Amino acid sequence: MPDQEQTPRFATRLLHFGKEIDEATGASSVPIIQATTFHHFDVDHPPAFDYSRSGNPTREALEAYIALLEGGARGFAFASGMAAISTAFLLLSAGDHVIVSEDVYGGTYRLLTTVLNRLRIESTFVDMTDFDAVRAAKRPNTKAVYMETPSNPTLKITDIAETAAWAKQNGLLTILDNTFMTPYHQRPIEHGVDLVVHSATKFLGGHSDVLAGLIVAADERLARRVYQLQNGLGAVLNPQDAWLLIRGMKTLQVRMAESERTAGKLAAWLADHPAVEKVYYPGLPGHPRREIHMKQSRGFGAVVSFDVGSGERAKALMKRVRLPLVAVSLGAVESILSYPAMMSHASMPREVRLERGITDGLLRYSVGLEDADDLIADLEQALGG
Amino acid sequence: MNIESRLAQIGSLSDPVTGAVSYPVYQATAFRHPGLGQSTGFDYSRTKSPTRAVLEAAAAELEGGDGGFACSSGMAALHTIFGLFSQGDHLLVSLDLYGGTYRLLEQVMSRYGVTASYVDTNDLDALEAHRTPNTKAVLIETPTNPLMMITDLARVAAWAKGKGCLTIVDNTLLTPFFQRPIEHGADIVVHSATKYLGGHNDVLAGLIVTKGRELTERIAFLHNSIGAVLGPQDAWLLMRGMKTLALRMERHQFNAQRIAEWLTQHPAVEEVYYPGLPHHPGYDIQKRQSSGNTGIFSFRMKDARTIEPILRHLRLIAFAESLGGVESLLTYPAVQTHADIPENIRRRVGVDDRLLRFSVGIEHVDDLIEDLDRAIQAALRETAE
Repeated sequence: MPDQEQTPRFATRLLHFGKEIDEATGASSVPIIQATTFHHFDVDHPPAFDYSRSGNPTREALEAYIALLEGGARGFAFASGMAAISTAFLLLSAGDHVIVSEDVYGGTYRLLTTVLNRLRIESTFVDMTDFDAVRAAKRPNTKAVYMETPSNPTLKITDIAETAAWAKQNGLLTILDNTFMTPYHQRPIEHGVDLVVHSATKFLGGHSDVLAGLIVAADERLARRVYQLQNGLGAVLNPQDAWLLIRGMKTLQVRMAESERTAGKLAAWLADHPAVEKVYYPGLPGHPRREIHMKQSRGFGAVVSFDVGSGERAKALMKRVRLPLVAVSLGAVESILSYPAMMSHASMPREVRLERGITDGLLRYSVGLEDADDLIADLEQALGG
Repeated sequence: MNIESRLAQIGSLSDPVTGAVSYPVYQATAFRHPGLGQSTGFDYSRTKSPTRAVLEAAAAELEGGDGGFACSSGMAALHTIFGLFSQGDHLLVSLDLYGGTYRLLEQVMSRYGVTASYVDTNDLDALEAHRTPNTKAVLIETPTNPLMMITDLARVAAWAKGKGCLTIVDNTLLTPFFQRPIEHGADIVVHSATKYLGGHNDVLAGLIVTKGRELTERIAFLHNSIGAVLGPQDAWLLMRGMKTLALRMERHQFNAQRIAEWLTQHPAVEEVYYPGLPHHPGYDIQKRQSSGNTGIFSFRMKDARTIEPILRHLRLIAFAESLGGVESLLTYPAVQTHADIPENIRRRVGVDDRLLRFSVGIEHVDDLIEDLDRAIQAALRETAE
């Protein structure tokens, strides 16, 4: 290869992604183009954009941006993470089967078991830390593998390269929900994954003020199929939120790095606390698949789950905490404490939930940008009383 | 209260905190829980968002339904409704259908064994002839787009009810200002709110209104699970647009009627399709079930060679897709909106290469007639050479 300029590093790419300057005016931020329709100046040469469901300049800037960050061929922006996931699953047809991480996000579980099942898309949920179980789940009609790593909320690690290589050998499409890691920490396409999905509402947006989903396709052939569905189903992201998301993503690295530092401290502190029975965080030395995670990710993220032993204790703690928002969602500048049993995983039947380690005492802490010592002091008083 | 007053007052009394007469744009995605198991009514903005909720309540009230749901596009609204159906279900659909709906049915839903027959939905014999034991719904556009065929809503909804089928009406072209299908027995009303409701070609949005508690709950479940929801900024813009719906629709109707009458007399024009013209076959039904006529109509030129020069010579009227905005747009359905419908079906309904669709804006009607007249004269001169 001839001598080339060095590829800019991630932090630089976050700010210089190719569409950061408006060509018409030189404005330092992409304009918000609300127009839904575009004038055809010449009947024989249709414009690049004709109807904003099919393509919108603001949304396209975001789509190019996420494709660059994930190292894929093309990106697609959706009205929510679930809209992105719904669209991705509709690449499959009736009679197709998909193998899914067993502690998948509750909304994805609900979609598969109440909507897509009626369209005869079959799914099997497996513990993806057990590669034999993944292989054993394959049927003649299996068409795809859907991974979440680290998983939500118990932060189990799937070996991405091993699973993707096996899937490829067997002609299966691989889809990975990269919400927890973001491309700052983990770029699944580099490990052989075909389709990356995001709830961009979380770390990518980062401010609890944009509902959005993203898909990145590894290659152009798959991208064309995703595009047909994005345009055909129409669950697209609006221009205002596309702009806000671009704005949020510019600070992705500084936010993720700071939240991760604090999450590491908080996890270590929780692990030593007598009232805490178990801490789930891939950055802790005792995490069972830490080596695999380190092979495929540059960091551990900012979500720490911990088990206080019972529903009563979990509820008492939620009543006493003062700093984190007690709410659903995660991945924001403000810390958010969630109770999976009654929030993100409420749509999962109790026995299924318990099987997956999502006990009544499990709490999920999404670490924000507050001072680490303040967050620890707050948890101390909440756990202690 | 009259509908004009209800439209003007959308959201104006809804902010109890500041009294702002324009409801605030809530970008928040997460909402703090006052306590565990307690909620302000808002948990996560995909499920329910304050700004979107005001719009949804207004839509339900204007259409006379029980539930309103705002989606990221008209196609997203239809796709959410289609989520009611399962493998093996069958639908009866207007023959002269929006191209995007046709594509969704034939390229996506068909892969899940949900099939559709395309019939004149005003012909009960044809409906009965195509009905199967698995038929679950009738999807009606009235007027249809672009040929403005009219369906007698009360008669067909009563027939559908007798057969245990849902009646779904796409009310995009008339809006609740002119027509409220639920009053005639429809179960679900769907809108591409991008069109007249938004009215400014600057918001991509869809709306669903449901009648009955059970159906409302089922759509609420799908709306949340599939996640193709409308963003808060666009929900706000849509409400802002709807405040002037009555004024705009009256002007659209006035202009469309005048131009349709003028074209009827034009020697280069073969046929004008507008339900406001007394010779239109649906004139009486339309008059009975609607309080006015839409702002779009279609017309067929005698000579296909005039189409390209007409589009080229227009100065005021834009050549673009979409409809229902304050600006006038001329569309060539055969190559734009209906390109996805196979030619044999297009020809059966009359969408041929001589047909133009005019979305008449709210400019002065004389200016529009002059622009069209000049373009037609220029086209005739060119083709005569």
